[in-house]
Amino acid sequence: MEGLLNVYQISLLTTLAVAVIMALSLNLITGFCGQISLGHAAFQGIGAYMAEILTKQAGFDFASATLIAVLFSAGIGFLVGLASLRVREDFLAITTMGVAFLFVGFVNQQPRLGAEEGIANIPDPGLGATGYMVMALVLALLVALFSVYVRRTWLGAAFGSIADDEDTARIVGIDVARFKLAAFVMGTGLAGLAGSIYAHQVKIIQATDFGFIPSITVLSIVVFGGIGSIVGVIFAAVLLTMLPLWFQFIGDYKLLFYGGLLFLMMRFAPQGLAGLIRSGLDAMRRDKRNDARVGDAA
Amino acid sequence: MLYVELFVQGLIQGSIYALIAVGLTLVYGMLRVLHVAHAGLFTLGGYLGVIVTNATGSLLLGLLVAMVVVGFIGVAIYRFAYHPILKHPPFVALIASIGLYIAMEEIFRIIFGPYGLTYETQPLQGHVAVLGMRIKIAELATFFGAIVTLGVLGYLSSSTRTGIAWRATVTAPKMAEAFGVDILKVRYLNFFIGSALAAAAGVMVALLNNLVEPTSGAVPSYKALAIIVLGGLGSLRGTLVACFALGVIEAYGTIYLGWLMDRDAIAFLFLILVLMIRPQGLFARA
Repeated sequence: MEGLLNVYQISLLTTLAVAVIMALSLNLITGFCGQISLGHAAFQGIGAYMAEILTKQAGFDFASATLIAVLFSAGIGFLVGLASLRVREDFLAITTMGVAFLFVGFVNQQPRLGAEEGIANIPDPGLGATGYMVMALVLALLVALFSVYVRRTWLGAAFGSIADDEDTARIVGIDVARFKLAAFVMGTGLAGLAGSIYAHQVKIIQATDFGFIPSITVLSIVVFGGIGSIVGVIFAAVLLTMLPLWFQFIGDYKLLFYGGLLFLMMRFAPQGLAGLIRSGLDAMRRDKRNDARVGDAA
Repeated sequence: MLYVELFVQGLIQGSIYALIAVGLTLVYGMLRVLHVAHAGLFTLGGYLGVIVTNATGSLLLGLLVAMVVVGFIGVAIYRFAYHPILKHPPFVALIASIGLYIAMEEIFRIIFGPYGLTYETQPLQGHVAVLGMRIKIAELATFFGAIVTLGVLGYLSSSTRTGIAWRATVTAPKMAEAFGVDILKVRYLNFFIGSALAAAAGVMVALLNNLVEPTSGAVPSYKALAIIVLGGLGSLRGTLVACFALGVIEAYGTIYLGWLMDRDAIAFLFLILVLMIRPQGLFARA
């Protein structure tokens, strides 16, 4: 394996795995349930800081620290979801935006969490760079399979019906609030997983790594790929993580790029890349059928 | 005496929130769109106010130019950004709005530079003594300006033909249309007034802080979003009460809870607590 990939490629693949997990976890919330989270990166941050406290300051091993971090982010997600999901969908967008500001504000004032300088020297999980990359990729694959599983089972059917039409879902007896909360808790827990993997990969974290702009970046990925489309979202996560590396100006004008992308996608193609491809295929099929009919007539 | 002084400071802050939140409530009440890009209009108002005031020496002119120009930009945002996507589920417009806002932040940075602008000679910096307190004239002007503007707006909306058509459109758009109200015109008016008020708030905040920078709008308008939730989403009266309540709570909170959290965190905590206890907002009927 070492012969195949250099150090840079190994770290890049690990980064991509984290990006995919983040995007899929937000996709569980936004895509399956029609909920917008504007502070998703904050839950990644909660996972990252929790895992760091456990491995660096309390001497836990990586696996159990990660598990606790996932449960902890999901727990915070439960509280935020409980406060905001009971009445109308718009509340979650606002409270999660608040979470994004609050997380950065809170961590920056805690000396134990490294305040504004952040935390460095997070312990190595001891898997080696290649082993760690393989682990991250396997976890990303598992999250993708989990997404497919959720969509295929009755849970997914319920989520989909809520995203499509909340009122009808309620009439046919789906406890809408409970399903939304379930989706939000799963999504925030998986964001915590991404946080722990990220923290133990880069080994140095700062609160602003998980602020409002990173949250918007994840949202851009999900929107670009096509809200709800698992394949589309994975593709978008890889592409939008690579683009700033290929083109310097995207890194320099990040806000303009992601903001413009969000706006233009919503304005002209709210179904995202997946939707564009789907309607493109449909159009091609229709053309073929029309051609065949023309052929018959002749 | 400290209590009274904090209360007055809270009211002044509340009047700024009111100027920002009224536009948001109008848009939400009418279109069910959380208009995050409102924050960008607030910041743009601040920039235009500072630039025109510095060029002409007249704050009043700066305020007027900012309000009119930003008002028209608000209408353009409705026409070209929101109007074509209203048929989609509400999150489509919300995401478009967020995209628009953060793109605007970067555009301000590119055009006006990253470090912000200040007034060359800062107007209205004198103090007056009221009940033994020294209050800045700029603060008084902000407070009374907001009260008078909102009062006039309230009067117009309840006693003129246009105002009544406008309120009818908010409560029952289909019915209003059936009675011959031109809904599109009402929406334009709505965006013009809301955006002009946000611009006025931007000019006054730039005056009070003597600074306007690309990210100026982020925190005030995040709070304005929280306020319209507190006020019961779309209720103008609830929103105004929530504005002043939050201003006062922040003023006391910064003194008495400052060791625990900062001003912005207090606003957020208040929001979460209210949503836990009264999920429909402070003043809405359940």
